[in-house]
Amino acid sequence: MATSLLPVSGQALDAQSLVAKIQKLCPAAQLRPDCDRPAVKVPLAHWPVLAQQLFASADLLFDLLETHTAIDWVQTGQIELVYVLTSLQCGHHLTVFVDVARDNPVAPSLCAVWPIAQWQEREVFDLFGVHYTDHPDLRRLFLDDDWQGFPLRKDYADDFMLERPS
Amino acid sequence: MNATVATTLRARLDALPSQSLLGTQEYFVNMGPQHPSTHGVLRLVLKLDGETVHQVIPVLGYIHRGIEKICEHSNYRQLVHLTDRMDYLSALANNWAATMVVEKAAAMETNSRIEAIRTLVTELQRIHSHQLWWGVFGMDLGAFTPFFYGFRDREILTDVFERTIGGRLTMNYIQPGGVMHDIHPELVADVKAFLAVFKPRLDEYEALLSENVIVQERLRGVGVLTAQDAVALGATGPVLRASGVAHDLRKAEPYGLYGQVAFDVPVGSRGDCWDRYAVRMQEMRQSIRIVEQLLDNIPEGKHFLVKPAAKIKVKPGVWYSHLETARGVLGAMLVSTGGEAPYRVHFRTPNFNNLWAVTTTATGGRVADLVAILSSLDLVIPDIDR
Repeated sequence: MATSLLPVSGQALDAQSLVAKIQKLCPAAQLRPDCDRPAVKVPLAHWPVLAQQLFASADLLFDLLETHTAIDWVQTGQIELVYVLTSLQCGHHLTVFVDVARDNPVAPSLCAVWPIAQWQEREVFDLFGVHYTDHPDLRRLFLDDDWQGFPLRKDYADDFMLERPS
Repeated sequence: MNATVATTLRARLDALPSQSLLGTQEYFVNMGPQHPSTHGVLRLVLKLDGETVHQVIPVLGYIHRGIEKICEHSNYRQLVHLTDRMDYLSALANNWAATMVVEKAAAMETNSRIEAIRTLVTELQRIHSHQLWWGVFGMDLGAFTPFFYGFRDREILTDVFERTIGGRLTMNYIQPGGVMHDIHPELVADVKAFLAVFKPRLDEYEALLSENVIVQERLRGVGVLTAQDAVALGATGPVLRASGVAHDLRKAEPYGLYGQVAFDVPVGSRGDCWDRYAVRMQEMRQSIRIVEQLLDNIPEGKHFLVKPAAKIKVKPGVWYSHLETARGVLGAMLVSTGGEAPYRVHFRTPNFNNLWAVTTTATGGRVADLVAILSSLDLVIPDIDR
């Protein structure tokens, strides 16, 4: 079996030039300043194209989707998808935030770019109810198939939950 | 059995007619959720044709406790104490990951004594974890002695932890602002005694299992995971390094005192079960190196800088930090809207992401190889389900 090592080809970019580079690729991307690491907010419509570029651009090379999760902003009616990206080849990090509507959360699947997304997206589907289009196997991951509701949503309730003593 | 016999046997197995000639058909077998070689409540649905694995479908959730949801109802001190129930063999590293993100978010300071203690105990636990893996790995392959040897030597280290920390398995020690207790006065002497016993025994481990030709034949060339596939499937830790990618957060983004100690990052070249085995065996020796450098150089000072009763408040924002456990990258994400409790907490666990390598590496192999592959991934199931 052929050995295939990942070359350490790129150089780590600092936060400023990283964000500048991404805004050049996608002018709609905005810096998200309240994060401790380089982070951008990307409109849903631009995200699939940008994801492919983040993966393939020679000076970005985000090869590892370190994690994917979501935040339920119940007050504003948005579910914010979070993608934590790492470039093992360059050594830099990026967090991408993408808003989807809470009452109709649909997002494109990124399995074709980062295969691990298949299972990370299943987890978000299971716990937040986000539907991913073009996902090969979108089923619940942790909970039973007939489970009602999505537990990590802020307004989730079921018969087993206890009232907190005040 | 010598190498030639084993190779001939494998060649004969590989030369058996395919299913079309024999007129066989595919069938499904449930491996787990209660199965000795899945090391916990992991269920694998196997699509088999005779002994050949055609598909592996992992089914999760048998130990899902909703740790992330519970964290939303906990304050910044409490949530650290849930983390030892994720990867119970890396309880201290888990504590540290949660502590690290809380300290970053609340801008809490530590001193060099705290960092030295954290690095020391976490590195001891890496040895502790690999000892268990080694024993269980042998047992999965049908050799029962390594299990006894591994647990015998692990017990010494468990006692060392118990003296300082109080716990033996699910330990809670590292917390925001310091560590819970100062180290036991005998800790350094205890660890030195352990190393004196364990270093020759590590050679014994190699003689017993690594140099065993049956073990080698069962591991070499089995479950090959290329570097590209490993990264694409989100694998980290020894699984990634065995595929030839020298990525270790202790080197790439040094935390604790890792920037001040000398150690090497062992890597494999083929990404097969043997490389994953060899990388962990090497890692134990490197961890011993780190521990030896730290033992006599623990700085004086306080073991906590923030009183345990003090409330921790975090300004609104998003924080993420990660570190290297015995199994790979453990990330912790914290979302705050202000106040004493997080709005959302997410743990990026190494086992959840390492698991999926089994779906590609085991396909086309035999059931016995699947057991070797699973064991070489060193999965801890509660860390997958959270």
